[in-house]
Amino acid sequence: MMFFIWLSDWMIPIIILGIIIYGLIKNVNVYEAFIEGATDGLKVVVDILPTLIGLMMAVGMLRSSGALNGLSHLIAPLISWSKFPSEVVPIALMRTFSSSAATGLILDIFKTFGPDSFTGRLVSIMFGCTETIFYTLSVYFMCIKIKDTRYTLAGALLATAAGIIASYYLALWFFGI
Amino acid sequence: MLNYLWSFMVIFSILISGFSGGMREVTASALSSSQSAVKLCIEMGGIIALWMGVMRIAEKAKLIDALARKMTPILDFLFPDVPQDHAARKYIATNLIANFLGLGWAATPPGLKAIAELQKLNKNKNKASHAMCMFLIINISSVQLISINMISYRTSYGSHNPTEIIAPCILATLCSTLIAILFAKFMYKKEE
Repeated sequence: MMFFIWLSDWMIPIIILGIIIYGLIKNVNVYEAFIEGATDGLKVVVDILPTLIGLMMAVGMLRSSGALNGLSHLIAPLISWSKFPSEVVPIALMRTFSSSAATGLILDIFKTFGPDSFTGRLVSIMFGCTETIFYTLSVYFMCIKIKDTRYTLAGALLATAAGIIASYYLALWFFGI
Repeated sequence: MLNYLWSFMVIFSILISGFSGGMREVTASALSSSQSAVKLCIEMGGIIALWMGVMRIAEKAKLIDALARKMTPILDFLFPDVPQDHAARKYIATNLIANFLGLGWAATPPGLKAIAELQKLNKNKNKASHAMCMFLIINISSVQLISINMISYRTSYGSHNPTEIIAPCILATLCSTLIAILFAKFMYKKEE
């Protein structure tokens, strides 16, 4: 436990320290290189901003329209044969759209059921092994103007489904209901 | 693809709220979301610039080339179409390592550079190459080893053992990444 608290405090400083020292040893003008990279970084931000506006607008509309909740209600009966908690379905759906919204829902679960409940543990595992599909796809593909994304979406959905199913069985296996 | 997905999301939300009577919320949320996108970019702009700056130092010191060389066997297996010593390799390596360590915002800049380099290798500029599909599917499958954020949330909500999820989380991540790679490899074989 202490190790992870230590790790979370030290990881970024150690990476930055290591890179700067290594750069100095290799005779790189580190400050100049940093400024150069940071300039590029700001250009990246400007490039992805329009995509992000379009995406967040659509996700925001989808969230507030109640469409995701409706979809959760449709999915819930399909999985009622398992012990998969129905309150996790909206989180799994939301996770593919927005990381921060999913985090909010997960904190609600912690508040209601506690982080040490089966549901709490399940969402903790699930959050770590999934990613926001639509954000990643649109930012990357819009950046290079790809129109035909081929099997990327199918693969992404499959990997996410595998992650969710694995989380459920691993939570059962490690902690039981 | 994205064209249809995006239009579907917008049209579907408007139709649904037309039935459920939540049009006011949808309007408010469309407007406020576009504002939060700008806010997010301003806040994250600093972080992205910082990581791009640090990455440039590592690049000039040839640290990134060394990393990419260390990862040659993995990169050969995952991206057989990307030639040795191509710039795409070092950005893919950086992106995967940053993701692995859970530094999401540090992973985006090299990721975008990687895909831009892959586009240079791509024959049909409108159609994603196999390497792009593999790269994005792996990214979406999440290769993060430990979610430090999640551990701190669990701690603040009074978990007795906040780190107990690490082992199952690594296994679940392994599972989703494995499926991702298998699927991408399968599609590669099928479409070649």
